[in-house]
Amino acid sequence: MSYNGYITETRIDGSDDGPLAGRSIAVKDNISTEGVPTTCGSAMLESYVPPFDATVVERLKQAGATIPGKTNMDEFGMGTTTETSAFGATENPVAQGHVPGGSSGGSAAVVAAGDADMALGTDTGGSVRCPAAFCGVVGLKPTYGLVSRYGLVAYANSLEQIGPIAPSVEEAAELLDVIAGPDERDATTRDATEHGETAYAAAADGDVDGMDIGIPTELVEGADKAVREQFWRAIDELEAEGASYHEVSLPSVEHAVEAYYVIAMSEASSNLARFDGVRYGVSGGYDGNWNETFATAREEGFGPEVKRRVLLGTYALSAGYHDKYYKKAQDARAWVKQDFDEALEEADVLASPTMPVPPFERGESLDDPLKMYLADANTTPVNLANLPAISVPAGETDDGLPVGMQFVGPAFGETDIIRAGSAL
Amino acid sequence: MGAPASTRCCIETLTAHTTLQSGMSDTPVDTDEVEHIAQLARIDLDEDERELFAEQFGDILSSFEALDDVPEVEREPELTNVMRPDEIAESFDREDALANAPETEDDQFKGPNVS
Repeated sequence: MSYNGYITETRIDGSDDGPLAGRSIAVKDNISTEGVPTTCGSAMLESYVPPFDATVVERLKQAGATIPGKTNMDEFGMGTTTETSAFGATENPVAQGHVPGGSSGGSAAVVAAGDADMALGTDTGGSVRCPAAFCGVVGLKPTYGLVSRYGLVAYANSLEQIGPIAPSVEEAAELLDVIAGPDERDATTRDATEHGETAYAAAADGDVDGMDIGIPTELVEGADKAVREQFWRAIDELEAEGASYHEVSLPSVEHAVEAYYVIAMSEASSNLARFDGVRYGVSGGYDGNWNETFATAREEGFGPEVKRRVLLGTYALSAGYHDKYYKKAQDARAWVKQDFDEALEEADVLASPTMPVPPFERGESLDDPLKMYLADANTTPVNLANLPAISVPAGETDDGLPVGMQFVGPAFGETDIIRAGSAL
Repeated sequence: MGAPASTRCCIETLTAHTTLQSGMSDTPVDTDEVEHIAQLARIDLDEDERELFAEQFGDILSSFEALDDVPEVEREPELTNVMRPDEIAESFDREDALANAPETEDDQFKGPNVS
């Protein structure tokens, strides 16, 4: 079965030895690779070849990894299904007829299919955790500032992080050990050693004895019955290993999806302005009024979901609407952050289903963007709060569809969520 | 489109949950407004896209109305600027920097004529 996991298959060799020697790490196609096309899943960048490596790619190569290719993705990371790619949809290799999740669907698919040992994805509102959950693998979204975004083609800078996808928690943590750490080329990176434990792979010891798990009721109640059953079964398993749990309420998360989309679309409308057919992208060779020329190039280069988000972001920032949408969304973001910080004062980690639904059937959500956005209810709050989260496999529905369990930790508390995830 | 019953059930739950109602459109958007935004965003649209977006934006913007219920929250303290002197560092040569430009002339990006 060809599931269309890669946009470009190649072979980029790393150094001879290092912690990742002999291992293949696929890279999402919005992360720059020197001399190898980086399309972001967009016709706009079909022939774009970066003249430099992203910091994470440099670190993979130094660690001895081989990069087998650039993985398929929703166009510019905008999607939950990997169906908006200009290079065709990716199919879920472990659930035929279903989507692999998105936007890092190609990265999760190549790992689930065994075509790469591990992969890098990017997570703006759940784009690492969602495909990990839908493909039955592990995906980790780091604390904002733990991993350099230098060389990542920006969609919504204030929300996104590059994160590892792997078959096991320990392997995901090993990959995080390689890519984490400050970078002078990304001023938002922080030195995590000043904030806590940073030996990530070593934290995958499965020791949850005495761990206190908070369960935000809002993130469980809204989920499908089949998902909830697997979630509670996993909680039972953790209890049997010595963890305890209590329920918490996070009223703010009911506004997270709206806040997330307003902020992400607003940032996207600004970030994607550079794709004008002059500096980057397809030009078509039109002459005449600059604005009209740009508008023609952008009509041809962008797909429908990108147009939708750039337009809605433009609207949210336009005169008369800024206070109504953007400013309110920033208030909601502060509220979500405060709710999570308070809940994490009383718990080591928070747990919820990663996705409230099992993988969609292919084509199911394409005609109804709002339905697709609502599926991000459990993942987007974490990006708004800048916190780390991991998705680990937690069984299957009766129909054999993968279910993912999400653990959220305090800022720079990656070792807590790795420890919790490794116990399942 | 054939959504399985289970998914449908969940989306409805989510919907009630986030005070959204599918199909509700408190914020009607017409095609002229979509065209105005498209001009601001410098993206041409065809007639079909204008109509589809007008319909979808009504629903999506209605869902964003839920943000009106968000209380005032004390935000983080004021940020302060961190300054450092400029330092000259290694950078791309012109050839590399222009390698991806669709058109160039005299070592510069070439844009459309200014009419």
